[in-house]
Amino acid sequence: MSNYDFQKDIAGCGLTGIISTKGRKISGSVIRCSIACQHDRGNGLGGGFAAYGIYPKYKDYYAFHLMYDNMEAKKAAEAYLDENLTVDLAEEIPTKKSKAIPTSPILWRYFVKVKDNKRGSSVTNISDDDIIVNSVMHINSDIHGAYIFSSGKNMGAFKGVGFPEEIADFFMIENYEGYIWTAHNRFPTNTPGWWGGAHPFTLLDWSIVHNGEITSYGINKRYLEMFGYKLTLLTDTEVVAYLLDLLIRRHGLRPETACVALASPFWKSIARMPENEKQIITALRMVYGSALLNGPFAFVFGYTRGMVGMNDRIKLRPLVVASKDDMVYMASEESAIIEICPSPERVWAPKAGEAVIVNLDKDVAA
Amino acid sequence: MMKIDARGMYYRNLNKTIRDAVASGEKEFDLINVNGQRYIGDGLQGSDVKIDIHGVPGNDMAAFMDGPTLIVHSNAQDDVSNTMNEGKVVIHGHAGDVLGYGMRGGKLFVKGDAGFRVGIHMKGYMDKMPVMIIGGTAGNFFGEYMAGGVLILLGINRKKDTPIAGDYLGTGMHGGVMYIRGEVDQYQCGAEVGVSELNDEDKKKLSALIKEYCDDLGFNYNEIMSEKFVKLYPKSSRPYGKLYAY
Repeated sequence: MSNYDFQKDIAGCGLTGIISTKGRKISGSVIRCSIACQHDRGNGLGGGFAAYGIYPKYKDYYAFHLMYDNMEAKKAAEAYLDENLTVDLAEEIPTKKSKAIPTSPILWRYFVKVKDNKRGSSVTNISDDDIIVNSVMHINSDIHGAYIFSSGKNMGAFKGVGFPEEIADFFMIENYEGYIWTAHNRFPTNTPGWWGGAHPFTLLDWSIVHNGEITSYGINKRYLEMFGYKLTLLTDTEVVAYLLDLLIRRHGLRPETACVALASPFWKSIARMPENEKQIITALRMVYGSALLNGPFAFVFGYTRGMVGMNDRIKLRPLVVASKDDMVYMASEESAIIEICPSPERVWAPKAGEAVIVNLDKDVAA
Repeated sequence: MMKIDARGMYYRNLNKTIRDAVASGEKEFDLINVNGQRYIGDGLQGSDVKIDIHGVPGNDMAAFMDGPTLIVHSNAQDDVSNTMNEGKVVIHGHAGDVLGYGMRGGKLFVKGDAGFRVGIHMKGYMDKMPVMIIGGTAGNFFGEYMAGGVLILLGINRKKDTPIAGDYLGTGMHGGVMYIRGEVDQYQCGAEVGVSELNDEDKKKLSALIKEYCDDLGFNYNEIMSEKFVKLYPKSSRPYGKLYAY
């Protein structure tokens, strides 16, 4: 074998996001087509999907998706859930074993609510969402071999080790219908390819798929730990999910403002801004310096009422956006959009650090 | 002429089919239903080979290409004409990031906009003179580390508030020349970049290239030439010569 006999394709991760602004439900088979078109961006070490609107019958419940290494972990996690939450339904996540995915962790889902006697009061100022976040952090960090990989309402993440089309078939995502879908094809570079490390990363209804590297991971991690987040999934992308929760849900920033904090303009650009804007952006950079994401990235994040796509500040990863009628598509490659929308009305590439925010129409209930 | 329906075809099969056909003397190809197949025309030789592409070709098209002509009747993605040596690529739509990276010969014409990092480290030597013409606008890092060749940016149909090029324009430029149809703010440019009017020799060179571009893509030559161009050139061929030596 010579040095030139290089059988490995060097690529980056691939991602796709789709949203119907009218809240129309779309089958998982659609996004499977798109991410499969970007097959060669991954290497079989991670694939995953997030879908919104898939559990209408349980839309008032937090839908927990858990992966367990063994039955002891399941027992321990379920004991914790029973003690702290009302579990209305517990069931195995339907899967179909295949040659590509012959083994998996034990995969269960639980539809839960916060118990009345555990609920925060106006005095403690703790919301149900806070209690859910604490439960996720507790199980992921303190119960060995148990991981919550999805915890939002009326949404869910499905992920694992394999190519995304194999993971799609494994979870039979064609049986789910959502008004937002995101998908990821992983090519792990710095961190292990394991089931918990596949994308999307989620917390409550935040889900994120990411291509690139968050080289500021250490700074972001220490910052998040000060607010009680525990980073257990061994992958840089995890920080983005929790930063979104911190900035948008807990600190009340609008998504567009949070995006400026995560990928803020350079000081040399700020110096040329009108005074008012200069002061606002300077304040954001000062307050959220430790939330700034450094390194190359393109990501798409979803939440109950919308989807956002964004690049790093000098656009070191690809992202293409297209629209047609009520649909907006985002992907690493234009062909992945054309695969499911052959003639879009508009196709464009957002500029570096420019967030493309697509929300459901105001009159759409989600 | 060989017609290939590329729908659902894996890139390796598509490219092997083309390569084998070229080896056995085929000169013209018509690819239909292309979508996302990578590496089309890579390393392909033969100045009389012509490939028409219908649909969006995948990344890394025309890398190391050495002679053929590729006509893309659609948009194209990232990394077109990486280290291309000779030949021509005409794209009848927009194109993505990192076009013509280290390009050292041949021509790349894009009708619409181009993305970030276009024409990085293009180089020229003696009779090798790569040319890239972008009809629309370009993102940051246009012509970064440019070492040779010609980069032309036309900004056709751009909106009033859209800059023709982004930041870091020609940063590290130490060879070659850019012709930009519109205003360039010195703030956008790298420290090594000079901005000037075109001299007669520039005008002659530009005119010939724009004629060819208009013929290929159906633009009106007079309309394009009616607006003012500026020339960007390297002020010093060795801008960092004293960086560690004073």
